[in-house]
Amino acid sequence: MRLTCPLCGDRDSREFSYLGSATLSDRPADDAPFDAWHEYVHLRDNPAGPNAELWHHVSGCSAWLHVVRDTRNHQVLSIRLAEEGA
Amino acid sequence: MRLETGGLIDRAAPLGFRFDGREYSGFQGDTLASALLAGGVRLMGRSFKYHRPRGVLSAGSDEPNALMEVGTGARRRPNTRATVQELYEGLEARSQNRWPSLAWDAGQVSDLLAPFLGAGFYYKTFMWPAAFWERVYEPLIRRAAGLGRLSGKRDPDACDKAFAHCDLLVIGAGPAGLMAALMAAEAGARVILADEDCRPGGRLLAEREQVDGAPGHAWAAELWDALAQMPNVTPMPRTTVTGAYDGGTFGALERVAEHMARPPEAAPRLTFWRIAARRAILAAGALERPVAFPHNDRPGVMLAGAARAYANRWAVAPGRRVAVFTNNDDGWRTARDLSAQGIEVAALIDSRAGVTPPEGPWQLMTGTHVTDTRGRLGLRAVQTRDGGGRHRWLEVDTLAVSGGWNPALHLTCHMNGRPRWNPAIHAFVPASDAVPGLDVAGAALGQFSTRGAMKSGQYRARKALEALGFEPPSIPVPNAEDTPPRLSPLWQVPRTRGRAWLDFQNDVTVKDVALAHAENFRSVEHMKRYTTLGMATDQGKSANVGALGVMADLAGREIAQIGTTTFRPPYTPIDIAALGAGADGRGFAPHRLPPSHAYGLERGAPTVEAGLWHRAAYYPREGETHWRESCDREARMVRQAVGVCDVTSLGKIDVQGTDAAAFLDRVYANTMSTLKPGRVRYGLMLRDDGFVMDDGTCARLGPEHFVVTTTTAAAGQVMAHLEFCAQCLWPQLDVALVSVTEAWAQCAIAGPKSRDLVDGLLDAPLGAFPFMACGEVSVRGVGARLFRISFSGEHAYELAVPARYGDALFRRLVDRAETLGGGPYGMEALNVLRIEKGLLTHAELHGRTTADDLGLGRMVKPGSIGHRMRERAGLSGRWREQLVGLEAVEPGARLNGGARLVAAGAAQVRQMDQGYVTSVCWSPQLDRYIALGFLRDGRNRTGEVLDIVDHMRSGAAQAQVVPLPFFDPEGGRLRA
Repeated sequence: MRLTCPLCGDRDSREFSYLGSATLSDRPADDAPFDAWHEYVHLRDNPAGPNAELWHHVSGCSAWLHVVRDTRNHQVLSIRLAEEGA
Repeated sequence: MRLETGGLIDRAAPLGFRFDGREYSGFQGDTLASALLAGGVRLMGRSFKYHRPRGVLSAGSDEPNALMEVGTGARRRPNTRATVQELYEGLEARSQNRWPSLAWDAGQVSDLLAPFLGAGFYYKTFMWPAAFWERVYEPLIRRAAGLGRLSGKRDPDACDKAFAHCDLLVIGAGPAGLMAALMAAEAGARVILADEDCRPGGRLLAEREQVDGAPGHAWAAELWDALAQMPNVTPMPRTTVTGAYDGGTFGALERVAEHMARPPEAAPRLTFWRIAARRAILAAGALERPVAFPHNDRPGVMLAGAARAYANRWAVAPGRRVAVFTNNDDGWRTARDLSAQGIEVAALIDSRAGVTPPEGPWQLMTGTHVTDTRGRLGLRAVQTRDGGGRHRWLEVDTLAVSGGWNPALHLTCHMNGRPRWNPAIHAFVPASDAVPGLDVAGAALGQFSTRGAMKSGQYRARKALEALGFEPPSIPVPNAEDTPPRLSPLWQVPRTRGRAWLDFQNDVTVKDVALAHAENFRSVEHMKRYTTLGMATDQGKSANVGALGVMADLAGREIAQIGTTTFRPPYTPIDIAALGAGADGRGFAPHRLPPSHAYGLERGAPTVEAGLWHRAAYYPREGETHWRESCDREARMVRQAVGVCDVTSLGKIDVQGTDAAAFLDRVYANTMSTLKPGRVRYGLMLRDDGFVMDDGTCARLGPEHFVVTTTTAAAGQVMAHLEFCAQCLWPQLDVALVSVTEAWAQCAIAGPKSRDLVDGLLDAPLGAFPFMACGEVSVRGVGARLFRISFSGEHAYELAVPARYGDALFRRLVDRAETLGGGPYGMEALNVLRIEKGLLTHAELHGRTTADDLGLGRMVKPGSIGHRMRERAGLSGRWREQLVGLEAVEPGARLNGGARLVAAGAAQVRQMDQGYVTSVCWSPQLDRYIALGFLRDGRNRTGEVLDIVDHMRSGAAQAQVVPLPFFDPEGGRLRA
């Protein structure tokens, strides 16, 4: 699998590490109810299809990337820097 | 038997080799199989299960039978296909899976038992007692059934792995692949042209048909050479593309030096390539399929295309008297070519009635089937049955069989693509777009004529070039034969008795498939697993489609409705040595060495792994015979004088920005924004689920400049986490992070005399430098950083210099320490010192402990990561296992890390478990074993005596719960 880092270009997946769902960026407010925190920390959708994920270009520029990947065939539908927001 | 003329062999270059100890000779250009056939050897192996005598079936990588051990000693490679092994001078080959000899194999008794050994035999027979599975049944079965033996020795040759990039990867250098590569090369694209053979041409190498008036192989060689001259083309002969992976990545195995006795100096034997291609064209050709009829597995029965490949390419007569049995026009060529080479063709047997095969010096038999064969170690006769049902025996020593051709579409299945049945050509063809960016051309697509394949290669290349933004050139298609063969499907000869083989390598017969069907294993995937059809090193290349045909007949359905099993990588077997190239021994993991490593070597210091770092464990002195002696001495030395320890491996992260302080307040459980410049604070990091991630120190060098440290083991994890926080959680904060672990060499100087040591070393007097101070200093003109922090409980410093001065600094510190009665200390003493002080490492911060478990609950403040979820009911309180100190009750008793804790006198069973021991040392200060551990409600149990239970090691002991730290609880030495 290959990912196109917005800063570095097309790279082999070995340069990246995978964190998980992009919902990890949407951290609840400090005083949010426990249910919201429980969901944030523990619960993930498991779609067969496009999934927004966080990848770290750990052996490259160290950028965190927001990647939309189709879980059925690993097709990468979009990549942007995570810090650029939605 | 070698023919007088012809063949792509160099008759001026004879090569001697040995097979099962006998001398033979062949020529440059031979494969092991062609040279053996030339030497009159037909019996080349024994089958996997029944030990049936077997000869060569094919002339390529699809070979199921002729598997051999090639090479000697540590270079012996099992299961080498004789059909792809190029001959070299001195080659040593041995047949396998036979005892005592290939011609007289004791294992063939299993063939007599065959009526009892059908599909599912093992499942049904070796059921009980269960205790026999691993000890009796498996070793027995493994010895009886099997393939070659590994040498068991270390591979003396190196393998390599490499990466390549291209615009277009062309897989296969036959007519379609060569035309595709030519188009792309002329268009200016970067092209990789890979072929598993040592010569280009694919099927052209084995045929007599001409291309543009020249022999096909000559046309291919000329074009290949021209392509190789172009700077944008990389030809890769002897390279099998083995797998298609996501994002246009392909795996490929290059056999760099398997065509010679040993690799040339500094060259690898194999190279495993990862090829990143923007587009790819699969032009892998097609594989011929056999027909099932009774005793179709005797040596001398081979594929028709293979028989004429041996005659045309290698000038080898596969036999003296040959019959051809075919269900398609392509088989006719075998009769024509063998006869043209002067080999006697006794009969051309076509299963089809109403076709008119070419006339020749052979008996024409249409509407006729082969129904049986004779010959124990090699074919002697075949029985035919004509349309009127009349049987007759025909004396031949070779039968060339063709059941048609299957497109080699394997790579299109590697990403879940399912082939489609094409009833027009009676074969599976690739699903379109089965692998993104991969087009299929030529015979792999079902274009079976030479010119059709060339046109197909051109057309697919044009499409690929357009997609890549290249202008496709206009190139005429060469003149070549353009008649696709006609075919009537024939999977098994009907109305026969006797075992008819489908899968030669795994010994699966028509009867086995019928049995699977009768026992209701009717899905193809179930049938495959029940009969093991298609499971061995050839992955059913010649067997699968025939078995599907038989299943379809049994079920009374079409093959299209039966479906097919899928093909997975690799296309052909890959040595583990190639996949793991460079990853054995020192290559298994990176070695990170601290700046003091050279000094440690000089002092004979053994190293201990800490993450990827190799740190000095202790520095033995003359006369010390046990590590404990050195460790105890070093620990006492620090407490009494001064010690120097390399702590470079601890993670160091530089944090800068106007929001750096606010950022650290969020990522640390405790507050950092109140820290004054020039001061250091202990910091605890939690994860958002409320558990502890790591601890370390945070030094404020300026209002917007911090350096934080992490534990050695968690340095990478903490860096990634902080980047995540900065980029994903709070991108609006102005903060920048850089890992500076390798940039700074850092040494701890600990002990009552540490101030004397440091003060004399710096360019300026140290002055007042209280506990937890930090600042910039200068050592012989080199800018350095000084931190007054301690991991030993002693008055201590850590001094950091740019990494290139690390070795010099460490030696200077040790020299000075020795004049003060001190010296270097290693990881063992460092561990003793920190346990005596109750300080934590990842033995305690193991991912399941909370701040409250560690007695640090009050540090955690609102607004920091982890504070919210740590409030959950289960994560604090008296029923949690809490950090405690443990002291051996008997002065001589030993404690073990990992041991469990139970109340004194309680039953030593899991249900009574109260906690566990994490860190243990013998304390020179307390003159006994001490430990850190976690004990249920531990903070309320000070003074209690517990039983230490260790079912893994001997050494039952008792320990008393004591307050932490064990040593200098007021911390007077720290601040002194």
